[in-house]
Amino acid sequence: MSVPHLKIDNLRVAVGDKEILQGLSLEIKGGEIHAIMGPNGTGKSTLASTLMGHPHFHVTHGTVELDGQNVLEMDVDERARAGLFLAMQYPSEISGVTTADFLRTAINVKRGPGNELSLMKFIRKLEEKMKILEMDDAFAQRYLNEGFSGGEKKRNEILQMMMLEPRVCILDEIDSGLDIDALKVVANGVNSMRSPERSFLIITHYQRLLNYIKPDFVHVMMQGRIVKSGGPELAIRLEEEGYDAIKEELGIIDETVGQEA
Amino acid sequence: MTVETKAELTQSYITSISRELDEPDWLLELRMQGYQYSQSLELPKPEKTSIKDWNVTNFNFHLDERPIKAWDELPEEVKRLIGQETSKANVLIHKNGRPVFSQLDQRLQDQGVIFKDLHRAVKEHGDLVRRYLGQLVDAGENKLTAIHTALFNCGIFLYVPKNIEVDVPLQGIWWQEDGEVGILPHILVVAEAGSKVTYVENTLGAEQGAAVNHYVAEVFVGPGAGVSFAALDNLGAGVTNYVWRRAQVERDGRMDWALGQMHDGDTLSDNLTLLKGDGSAAESKSVAIGRGNQSQNFVQKIIHIGKASDGLILGHAVMKDSARGIFNGISKIEKGATKANGQQTERVLMLSDQARGDANPILLIDEDDVKAGHAASVGQVDKMQLFYLMSRGIPKEEAERLIILGFLNPVVEKIPIEGIKNQLIQVIERKVKP
Repeated sequence: MSVPHLKIDNLRVAVGDKEILQGLSLEIKGGEIHAIMGPNGTGKSTLASTLMGHPHFHVTHGTVELDGQNVLEMDVDERARAGLFLAMQYPSEISGVTTADFLRTAINVKRGPGNELSLMKFIRKLEEKMKILEMDDAFAQRYLNEGFSGGEKKRNEILQMMMLEPRVCILDEIDSGLDIDALKVVANGVNSMRSPERSFLIITHYQRLLNYIKPDFVHVMMQGRIVKSGGPELAIRLEEEGYDAIKEELGIIDETVGQEA
Repeated sequence: MTVETKAELTQSYITSISRELDEPDWLLELRMQGYQYSQSLELPKPEKTSIKDWNVTNFNFHLDERPIKAWDELPEEVKRLIGQETSKANVLIHKNGRPVFSQLDQRLQDQGVIFKDLHRAVKEHGDLVRRYLGQLVDAGENKLTAIHTALFNCGIFLYVPKNIEVDVPLQGIWWQEDGEVGILPHILVVAEAGSKVTYVENTLGAEQGAAVNHYVAEVFVGPGAGVSFAALDNLGAGVTNYVWRRAQVERDGRMDWALGQMHDGDTLSDNLTLLKGDGSAAESKSVAIGRGNQSQNFVQKIIHIGKASDGLILGHAVMKDSARGIFNGISKIEKGATKANGQQTERVLMLSDQARGDANPILLIDEDDVKAGHAASVGQVDKMQLFYLMSRGIPKEEAERLIILGFLNPVVEKIPIEGIKNQLIQVIERKVKP
């Protein structure tokens, strides 16, 4: 059960009657870090959201399996307890609920009744992770994401990831809106979690993040599918030649799914 | 031995009550005025809420309750309401409308702080009480205020002398042990110039029984003074509530209301603050839950008379089952109140299709050089917030509970005593359980 195996097969996803993902397949094994890159409007965020069970997207075809279990049949909270985690691009703000209380609830739900983490241990762990992310202590008592800057929200996502210790971590454009220093800190947090029993799916627009989090596999998404896969060198090639080079190579004229997803 | 009688809106009954409570003539006269008005005036007609069939005078009175001499005599459920270390608690307990227990730190007494049941205060500080009683809620306003004036049976007088800052919260408890007994308290708070005080009250209602709660609180905030008034209203479904809470704030004074309006019966609640002096400020925060077949009408109003007066109204309510709730926020800025700032937010969270919630923000502005703003919304639990919490492994029901608690938190966080704060959370959780 420990080493996660995520298998996405021929996934087609729509929003309303607009099809975004058009037959995406991907396999991620424990210990692997996969990066998905691509221009805007190609369905990258849709993939991330769909895996987590976002209510706006519906799957029209294909399967997603985690350790042989059908993920698409699980409710959002079940998927989380099975080990999935999504660091969101636009996290919700929830007034009146502190980050600390919310995290403690989430951790204890996972651990189950009778096996809750003591308050002392929780606080110690929280302080430890907040230190790695160079977050001010005060953050834990602030209301969840309320009044947070974009960068603070991103750091809060990574803090949650470090506290919940998921098995499959999906990071949706965790680098957007971060300056170089914040980026390094976030990458540090992610790298501290690398393990053979954990896999990462990193969605990014720019190659820069991948200088700090070295991927094992890089995929390029266009027109709602993965159109090219390779190793870390593919990211470097993209940085040097741009997406146009890939489009030309593959004979793609319009890489988007037709409308802003 | 308790003497229980059925309350009557008659001159002879009112006179007998006044005699029984050993009241001075001026107080009996005040009651009689109330009686006269009750015969000539109409019931108020709140918008969209018809109260003509509501219980107004059907309740009993207890004229005598044995005083409680020691902590151990208090039943567990009352002790739990104290929420502070009992020997240090500054608390005044009324049982079935009669004062039964009071405790005030000697240190505060030495400073001249008065925290007594109203009738004792009338005896010992008559002139002081008389100066303020009825100045903000007049018997002649409508039939309900008239009835209160005629029949109120108890109350609290809280007085803080000039420049005294009371650093511990003072607590009032309204314990309705008999479900047929009416609770008709009159709370009078006077904070002289430069003083500070926090008053918090909670109720313990009987589970069964039909009665009425004719409640009035008048708060006078002197120049540069600060009063915080927190309340956890939670009487049973059989009690009909008419609640009038009013404050007047002088120059540079500050009034903070934190009202957890959790009565289970039909409720009419009027919260008004007059920002009389220049630089005066007030915050009126209220949270409410409507369930079952309850009908509730809430008004939160701030009137700006002084220049640079600052007012904030916040009303958050959760509606479920077939309950009906009307939530009115009124910011009134009078001519001459230049540089005033009146802000308000009314939000209603609907948990069922049959419930009904109206959020009505009203700005009445008669001056140009001012700031005013409002936000109102009625909606269901945000699906994105639900998705976010569930994506961390929190089951749907638990996620909803967190969102609702967060929604009502603006008042929860303002309750000064930890024990009462927890009590409010418990009441909320019990009421929103599906």
